[in-house]
Amino acid sequence: MKVRNTGRIESEKIELQMTPMIDIVFQLLIFFIMTFKIVSQEGDFNIKMPLAAPSEGLPDEDQIPPMKLVLSADGGGNLAGISLNGTSYDSWPALNSKIISMVGDDASMRETAEVEIAADYTLRYENVVAAITAISGYVDDGGNVVKLIEKIKFAPPGRNPNG
Amino acid sequence: MRVRRRGEGIQEGDLTPMIDMTFQLIAFFMVLINFNQSEQNEKIQLPESTLAKPPDAPLETPITLHLTKEGRVILGGQEVAIEGIGPLLTTERNSIMLQNKPVSDATVIIRAHRDAQTGRVQNLIQECQKNKFEKFALRAKEDVGN
Repeated sequence: MKVRNTGRIESEKIELQMTPMIDIVFQLLIFFIMTFKIVSQEGDFNIKMPLAAPSEGLPDEDQIPPMKLVLSADGGGNLAGISLNGTSYDSWPALNSKIISMVGDDASMRETAEVEIAADYTLRYENVVAAITAISGYVDDGGNVVKLIEKIKFAPPGRNPNG
Repeated sequence: MRVRRRGEGIQEGDLTPMIDMTFQLIAFFMVLINFNQSEQNEKIQLPESTLAKPPDAPLETPITLHLTKEGRVILGGQEVAIEGIGPLLTTERNSIMLQNKPVSDATVIIRAHRDAQTGRVQNLIQECQKNKFEKFALRAKEDVGN
């Protein structure tokens, strides 16, 4: 069988056209640079809150009644007071160390303990997240998250003072 | 004076290193591009928390609700008052039920503005509860400044 043109191909050097490829590659590059945005990481606090079922007989005996965390607000929606089961705390770290002393070493306590947050209607939401942070864990010296109470729920909301 | 011509045609530089670098850059930006930006909203400034770490596994059937500072809810590009979110949630619930998934497994991600009123967040949760949603995730931004 005759193979055609072999001699001629060897003699010619085929050059790839680079220009269109570079055009496209730069377009891609520009696209990715323009859409690039540094976003800070986000995380979730999980809250399981089924709609309160109508009384199903007596509550479970093993169940410890939830601790009540009351967050009050001043007129501007800023935090005015923290109180857990009637005891006041002046800062989040104070609340956090109280929670650590309560459930820190006790794994069963960590699973069963529950906190109900009752916050004033106008309280700014970042305070609630700070409260949940103080309740649900802490970051140890090694930068690891140690979990504390994970069962968190909200008390029914109060009335909106502004109607 | 004689001008010497060297060869014929155009002199071409070697493009290979440049293309190498460009591809590297493209790969870098492709890896870092964030496709979750549709979940985010510029109006919302999340509260910060040291414990907010990105979840290990993506949530099952998430529904993202944004709550603005003024107390309005944004769901899928529609902005409504909290009281008006009910029908939108019912639509979401129906679409979950069409996929034969239990509604109680769906997670409502609440991205509330840090200055929003807590009562409004609770009102929003109540509206979700009326539509049989049980699992909520309060989203916070990771606090790296400490």
